[in-house]
Amino acid sequence: MGSLVFLIIVVAVIFWAVSAYNTLIRMKGETLNAWKQIDVQLKRRHDLIPNLVEAVKGAMGFERETLEAVIQARNQAVKIQADASPTGGVQALAGAEAALGAALSRLNVVVERYPDLKATSNVGQLQEELTSTENRVAFARQLYNDTATGYNIKQQQFPWNLIAGFARAEQVELWEITDEKEREVPQVDLSMKPKE
Amino acid sequence: MSEQNLFEQQRANRRRSAVLVVVFVGFFVWVGFGGDLAYYLFTVDAPPRAYHHTIPWIGIVATLIGIGMAWVAWRGGPKQVLWATGAWQLIEPSTPEEQQLVNVVEEMAIASGLPKPKIWIVPDDDPNAFATGITVTDSHIAVTEGLLKALNRDELQAVVAHEMAHVRNEDVKLMTLLAALVGVIALMSDGALRMMRFGSLSGGGRSRGGGGGKKGGAGGLAVVVVVLWLITLIVAPLISRLLALGVSRDREFLADATAAQFTRNPGALAAALRKIEDAAAPTKAIKQGTAHLCIADPLGRRLNDKRGFLANAFATHPPMAVRIARLKAMAYQQDRTGALPEGI
Repeated sequence: MGSLVFLIIVVAVIFWAVSAYNTLIRMKGETLNAWKQIDVQLKRRHDLIPNLVEAVKGAMGFERETLEAVIQARNQAVKIQADASPTGGVQALAGAEAALGAALSRLNVVVERYPDLKATSNVGQLQEELTSTENRVAFARQLYNDTATGYNIKQQQFPWNLIAGFARAEQVELWEITDEKEREVPQVDLSMKPKE
Repeated sequence: MSEQNLFEQQRANRRRSAVLVVVFVGFFVWVGFGGDLAYYLFTVDAPPRAYHHTIPWIGIVATLIGIGMAWVAWRGGPKQVLWATGAWQLIEPSTPEEQQLVNVVEEMAIASGLPKPKIWIVPDDDPNAFATGITVTDSHIAVTEGLLKALNRDELQAVVAHEMAHVRNEDVKLMTLLAALVGVIALMSDGALRMMRFGSLSGGGRSRGGGGGKKGGAGGLAVVVVVLWLITLIVAPLISRLLALGVSRDREFLADATAAQFTRNPGALAAALRKIEDAAAPTKAIKQGTAHLCIADPLGRRLNDKRGFLANAFATHPPMAVRIARLKAMAYQQDRTGALPEGI
């Protein structure tokens, strides 16, 4: 009787371990997949920028600095993207992409100042593409962060942490901006809500 | 309700939907096999030569018809729905609005982590949208021309997110199954009641005589079962319809919550719903059978605005004011805490 109970317990533990292992592997796959999605969208963003610059260059010859800042930020981001993966370099890439985003929004402000340029359908189309691309990057990032957070928490929780070593589960980096300057978005608070 | 965050609301909705489906299946089993039980109890004391109802034919036949109807709805449903609305598929966008729609759908596919659905445009001036397709890999999102004209980019995104949420939550599958069950129950109720009337006219005297001879025992139980079964048959079509509508309304709330999770912008969906609501004209192209997958009731019924037991029980969608209020509450929570709560 005693040995039977023992046997049942052993079998139950083995079943649990196998399913926990598979869960961790599945979550790792989902995380990598979400990362790949970011990669695809960033590439789309990087490919779009030369077209945009080309389209507006003629009309804005004297806004050279803005255009060059965009191209430089873009090239920097492409370089960093090449060797970023969930287990390393995510935050560096996030920083580079944030810098590129800032340069692009400065360019957008400049483009708004040239109504003729915006009226050209090509530029209007490119602006829609740019908006969409920014959204895609944001949504891919959101999906990645949600998936990666779930994965990170799971492999730390007891009892899954006992299996984490076998499944080669590692903590992955979230897409967060650590650069202090990027965080300092000027806050305008007109709501007159009492401070907490 | 007030302290529920997004993910809690989603979980709560899933639980309620699961309970409703279980109730539905239990009800169906009773309607199908209850008749067999009554018939069995009536014939169990009969003389050895007489007919004994031991094989539950009624239940088996009803189940087979149910499976058949579900299968037909499953196979042909999505195509039929699109065909009935006269929608055309958007493959190569030719105008800025169409390009924007394609972009927005692709963005939402990324946010939901699903394959990109096929996009259809319904030639109708009333703003509305619906999703169809049984599996997440073969899904379709249709919007009306009026929707493209009425909404700005953020609002269009929110509406597409709501439809993607229907796809992700597998609502099409659930609602197709429920519609088939409602159909089968209506059919069975109709058929069984006809048989009863026919039976009581032709053979009623004989069976009453037989039952009177053997009082008590299985006979008394049989009468109770048969009375309960008859009552069920009479009210079944109404109750099954109400149950299906209950599931439908739950799925709308869930889709709103999931859409907010995708866009992280519940305010835009609230604004879109307000605009859709203000254009109160019915969406003529969309038939009532598709209503449960639309963003708003295509009949433009004022029923959805009224609060009250009856109005709520017969609507496919929750009252618009309640949906908007919930979304605004989410937007407020996001505003206050800086983000919608993280983690599932």
